[in-house]
Amino acid sequence: MELRESPRSPAGVKQLFWFFGIATTVKLLLIPAYHSTDLEVHRHWLAIAHSLPLSQWYYDETSEWTLDYPPFFAYFERFLSIFANLIDPRIVHLHHGLNYKADSAIYFQRISVIISDLFLLYGVHISTRNLASLKRYLVWVFVIWSPGLLIVDHLHFQYNGFLFGWLLLSISFIAQGRDLMGGFLFAVLLCFKHLFAVAAPVYFVYLLRHYCRGGLVRGFARLSVLGAVVVAVFAAAYGPFVYYGQIQQVIRRMFPFGRGLCHAYWAPNFWVFYIMLDKGIAFLLRKFGFNIPAPVASFTGGLVGDASPFAVLPQITPMTTFIMVLLALSPCLFKTWRDPRPRLIARSVAYAYTCGFLFGWHVHEKASLHISIPLALVAVESLEDAKHFFLLSVVSCYSLFPLLFEAQEYPIKVLLLLLHTILMWFCFCTLFPKNSKGSSRTSAVEQWFKLGWVAKSYLLGVVVVEIWGQFLHPYLLGDKLPFLPLMLISMYCAIGILYSWIWQLKRIIMLS
Amino acid sequence: MKKKGEMKKVKKVKDKVHDGEHDDPWWWLILNGIKPSFLCISIFALLVRFAVGLHPYSGANTPPKFGDYEAQRHWMEITLNLPPKDWYRNSSVNDLSYWGLDYPPLTAYQSYIHGVFLKTFDPDSVALFTSRGYESYIGNLLMRWTVLSSDVLIFFPAALYFVFLYSIRLGTGRNSDVAWHISMVLLNPCLILIDHGHFQYNCISLGLTMAAIAAALSQKDLVASVLYCLALNHKQMSAYFAPAFFSYLLGKCLKNKNPLVEVTKLGLMVIGTFAVVWWPYLQSKEAALAVLSRLAPFERGIYEDYVANFWCTSSVLVKWKKLYTTQSLRIFSLTATLLTCLPSMVQQVHAPSSKGFLYALLNSSFSFYLFSYQVHEKSILLPLLPLTLLALEERRLLLWLTHFAMFSLLPLLHRDKLILPYMALYSLFIVVYFAPGGPGGRCNESKTLDHSQKKTGRGMEFISFITFHPLLMGFLGLCSLILHVIYLTMHPPNSYPFLFEAVIMLICFSQFVLFTLYFNSKQWMLSKHLTSKDNQKKLI
Repeated sequence: MELRESPRSPAGVKQLFWFFGIATTVKLLLIPAYHSTDLEVHRHWLAIAHSLPLSQWYYDETSEWTLDYPPFFAYFERFLSIFANLIDPRIVHLHHGLNYKADSAIYFQRISVIISDLFLLYGVHISTRNLASLKRYLVWVFVIWSPGLLIVDHLHFQYNGFLFGWLLLSISFIAQGRDLMGGFLFAVLLCFKHLFAVAAPVYFVYLLRHYCRGGLVRGFARLSVLGAVVVAVFAAAYGPFVYYGQIQQVIRRMFPFGRGLCHAYWAPNFWVFYIMLDKGIAFLLRKFGFNIPAPVASFTGGLVGDASPFAVLPQITPMTTFIMVLLALSPCLFKTWRDPRPRLIARSVAYAYTCGFLFGWHVHEKASLHISIPLALVAVESLEDAKHFFLLSVVSCYSLFPLLFEAQEYPIKVLLLLLHTILMWFCFCTLFPKNSKGSSRTSAVEQWFKLGWVAKSYLLGVVVVEIWGQFLHPYLLGDKLPFLPLMLISMYCAIGILYSWIWQLKRIIMLS
Repeated sequence: MKKKGEMKKVKKVKDKVHDGEHDDPWWWLILNGIKPSFLCISIFALLVRFAVGLHPYSGANTPPKFGDYEAQRHWMEITLNLPPKDWYRNSSVNDLSYWGLDYPPLTAYQSYIHGVFLKTFDPDSVALFTSRGYESYIGNLLMRWTVLSSDVLIFFPAALYFVFLYSIRLGTGRNSDVAWHISMVLLNPCLILIDHGHFQYNCISLGLTMAAIAAALSQKDLVASVLYCLALNHKQMSAYFAPAFFSYLLGKCLKNKNPLVEVTKLGLMVIGTFAVVWWPYLQSKEAALAVLSRLAPFERGIYEDYVANFWCTSSVLVKWKKLYTTQSLRIFSLTATLLTCLPSMVQQVHAPSSKGFLYALLNSSFSFYLFSYQVHEKSILLPLLPLTLLALEERRLLLWLTHFAMFSLLPLLHRDKLILPYMALYSLFIVVYFAPGGPGGRCNESKTLDHSQKKTGRGMEFISFITFHPLLMGFLGLCSLILHVIYLTMHPPNSYPFLFEAVIMLICFSQFVLFTLYFNSKQWMLSKHLTSKDNQKKLI
């Protein structure tokens, strides 16, 4: 049924670059837009990597933005700093470069992100080259024109596109049955950014059961090969620091648990409901005359610390969240153990990131991209996937809105989401057309792409929440309850992500 | 490489039913009909405009006179705080030497409306006197949004209407071609840069003109004349199109049974529109004359800066400004403009046709650009508009003219620090133009079209040979690319501080002249082609 085009057809590459070209010009235009402190963070890392010897990278405290990414990312910054030094030596100067905001620094860093996105392009190309041309285009629309990536990487400032390139490559190699290569790439990715480690259990179980099978001897041999590859990657990353005896310091920098359960803006996850429940119970108990002391560290004040922020409910520790993530992940792990199948890897990885997002410690809203980008690969597989992806993609992008809080970028983020939603809608309408050759006649189930009333009203609710937060709230309540609009956004998006979690779980279990 | 392409084409024709359009990266969108692609392209075009608005505007942080941004803001301040009678009059509260209003009344009304908008959100930005040189984060945003809203309310609907009409009337057929056409109109880099980067409201007058053209093409001549008068009353530069409108409408009237009635109807419409727009100034002769004298600032000289038109380019050899008085220069330029307009006007009066009208618009605006008094670099937008409307007919020339139009704007945009959006928008234009499977990517086809038309005339062949010889095109393209790099990286020699500008001007002028010649001959060939067809029909 599918019109398979010859893999690696030159025409396909031309179109891929067309998509990328359009995205790149928009990214270039967005260079002077708002950027978060992450720009200064990454600039400082460039300076650390350039001016200091390796042995001091993880000890430097010149700025509050200490290096807290794994070594490969530091090496990557070292590589970039060579060019930064050529363009403007002040960018990489440890002291004079602090808070350096000249055009040269901003342009260099922004353009480095744009160029590093070529890796994402490669990842997308590899992972879609065996699809029919229509599906290929749709995946490109979802990934290359992803509004979330644009907001996080090219406005807020980070290098996620580059990292997702590695993830997509790894997933596509595993989906093609090249397990060793996939495992290797994932290990490399982990040494770039450890936040991706949430999917490590899935990879571990999958590789153990799929790659290391075929009898005890062969399995053991393959296990040792795999282990050797992973150890080699980690040795390349952490070896120098082990040599200097700094490994503890590196790990302390990479896992700053002191930062608290929630970020200043709550990521739309399970803990939002937990906090709300706590506040609700405390409110009710006070009404009934109980004396409930207000918590020392309040979430709404934006203050984060070690003190318990809960009035009634028990304190949450990193260990609790860790166990909850593993528990949530266990059905998927079990399924992978029983029946490791290449086709399901993208789903399992996305599911793992969903669990990490929902129950993790100090989750950032940017992590919702970890869910939507891998799922883009499977969104074109069936009608149900398409419907789910449509909803998830909108929610995931909308939850990023608080990242850009200035008036100047407001129309840009709204238009990005609007354009993405409309494009997605027409994409799926083309993929699942209304008059699909008679198949809809015979089966009672409607085959074309349309959303149910629940989904429709949920999406309409996004508009309502946004209008409330932007216009009605300042108009009706003025300066009162300033945290309410953001709280509404995270609560509303949390409902969507929670739905997506349940849906994905169901899907993984049902798919056989 | 070429052979491969041809082979692919053959294959494509074979299985057009199944896979024909799969080359086109947006075919999945077009499959849903033309409206979804209109919607998506419009939103994208809007997004691009917002993104360009992040960049600096003309005269940002440069006291005491700032730039066009301050001029527009000052007009809002004046129109909001003074009664209409004082808008164009020098007085103690309205210093005309500081960005005095020098556009027709419709611009003043538009400034008033935008002034009201600004006043509601940021009253300081339009306060009388105290707001001079006002620059603030929110004020800047509001100003940008006034341009954007004008664009969305006037230019976008006009463009969509025109392209929709054009695709139906002239039957271009493929939906993907229509989508390509609309993106060529909406993503034209020059207009976006001047309006949303440099800061002006060309989108209003150009949008009104485009709506007028669309109305004229759909035989609603009265509507067309009203819309065109509005455009003229927003920016007097719209007069560049006047000869074409005049001759096309006149030609159509003459074909009618009782031409006198038709002409009277049009005349009444024009007078009526003008009367409504000029109402506050028609109470006395002095008031009207005061406005008129503001609209024609002859004292500013025959040319400004380095604009690639005849007077400025030839001033390298002939010092016009020293040799002649303003009075005689005015007559020279008027005569030259009218003379060069004449052929295309005659053609339209003689044989008005839709396509001929579009070419006439192109020709008359080029004549004005090249020969009229006080032309600004930005005026290249006016010839560019009809060419974008003809994008499907003149694919290669659209690319070529856009290239040189951008090039001629380079010094201006460099001064405004808009080089980054200049490069980004230019690449966006190129990427969209060469969309795989789109009309721009299929240049071979247009070549065959040219071949069939070449038979129609010797002169045409010659001009086409000169202008579009691949070697010459390649050479000029390379030259302009190198000049870009030189202009952006090197300092000119001290004795010739404007050397690079002069060279850019020379190159652009030479190309614009060739364009004018080519389009004029094309317009005439069109009528020959048509008349011969008509004759054949009559014979049958």
